[in-house]
Amino acid sequence: MTAVHFSVKDFDEKVIKVKGLVLVDFYADWCGPCKMAGPVIDELAGEYKGKAVVGKVNVDENQELSSKYGVMSVPTVVLFKDGKEVDRMMGFKGKEGYENLIKKALK
Amino acid sequence: MSDVRKLIIIGSGPAGFTAGIYSGRAELKPLLFAGEKQGGQLMNTALVENWPGAERGIMGVDLMMQMRKQAERFGTEIIDKKVGKVDFSKRPFKVWVGEEEYLAEAVIITTGAENKMLGVPGEKELLGKGVAVCAVCDAPLYKDKIVYVVGGGNAAVEDALALTKYAREVKMLIRRDVLKASKIMAEKVKNNPKIEILWNSELKEVMGENRVEKVRVINNKTNKEQELAADGVFLAIGHKPSTEIFKEQLELDEKGYIKTSENETMTSVEGVFAGGDVVDSKYKQAVTAAGMGCMAALDAEKWLEKDYV
Repeated sequence: MTAVHFSVKDFDEKVIKVKGLVLVDFYADWCGPCKMAGPVIDELAGEYKGKAVVGKVNVDENQELSSKYGVMSVPTVVLFKDGKEVDRMMGFKGKEGYENLIKKALK
Repeated sequence: MSDVRKLIIIGSGPAGFTAGIYSGRAELKPLLFAGEKQGGQLMNTALVENWPGAERGIMGVDLMMQMRKQAERFGTEIIDKKVGKVDFSKRPFKVWVGEEEYLAEAVIITTGAENKMLGVPGEKELLGKGVAVCAVCDAPLYKDKIVYVVGGGNAAVEDALALTKYAREVKMLIRRDVLKASKIMAEKVKNNPKIEILWNSELKEVMGENRVEKVRVINNKTNKEQELAADGVFLAIGHKPSTEIFKEQLELDEKGYIKTSENETMTSVEGVFAGGDVVDSKYKQAVTAAGMGCMAALDAEKWLEKDYV
């Protein structure tokens, strides 16, 4: 499954106003580790369907969002719960790193 | 986990994956721990132009992903986790990832090198929130911002130049009154109107709530301190070998590099081998690291065949 892409236009509606968990991967096309993280994010979108929404934000196309959420390094993954940031992780730390974020929040 | 592996490889840069390719082909079924920064330092570069065989250059990420797949193709099992502890005092050797224990008859260490940090307040807390160690990676996020580069070597100059493409102002903090960088590189900096050099200047503190807002800088000649507005701080003060977990286990040199016997890759512990930037303070190239990974794999294979009892 491919993770959804969020943009400035729909971020409020699809992330901030959503009840429950949304994991957002802030990435860029020019960033090496992002390329490794990308397929993992897609996998997670499928595996956690129904438990958490997993999506991506391209920081070059959505500078407003990256600056609003203080993303100064990519990839940065931010986990939202009921529209509020509850956790974040910088750098690609393998699939398990991301899974741990979600699992911790699901507890 | 009580089954004993023939070989465990720790590290996933060119040395680690090459060791995986060779020992995989030798049917040692190696287990490779890729760690949290898998792919090593090449993941943080753009185009690699000096990798032999890649005539037009190859992207660092692509090269590392191909190496990984090549190692996997020959039976290397890869776990994307970081080894936290080892015990090389008796055989089989023990390697821990968190609470999980793995055993092996031989170990190859290819953990490479990591960026040095200054150890000033705020640096760790704001890492990834304005404090950065990779200009090539993060420069585009600093569009129209004010950034400081710490360091005066070639890497620092490259970072500063990369940042000028995006940032509004780039300031270099140089501890002495000369640039360590090569003449050509130093000239480039001096001729770039966006770069300002602050001589005899040291970073004392990085300040800010949740993101970098200011830096405290001291002039080491006049002892004058000032707080300056900043959005980013790029550290380019060199690398150090990643050998923290081996300190009590292996002989290291005074700079922390793993010592190996001359012309061979065996460390001070028989059956533990090392290669790449973790032993190499001199060449530090992808291709030399790969070469040493190959050497370590061949040495380990030979040792396992002949000497392991």
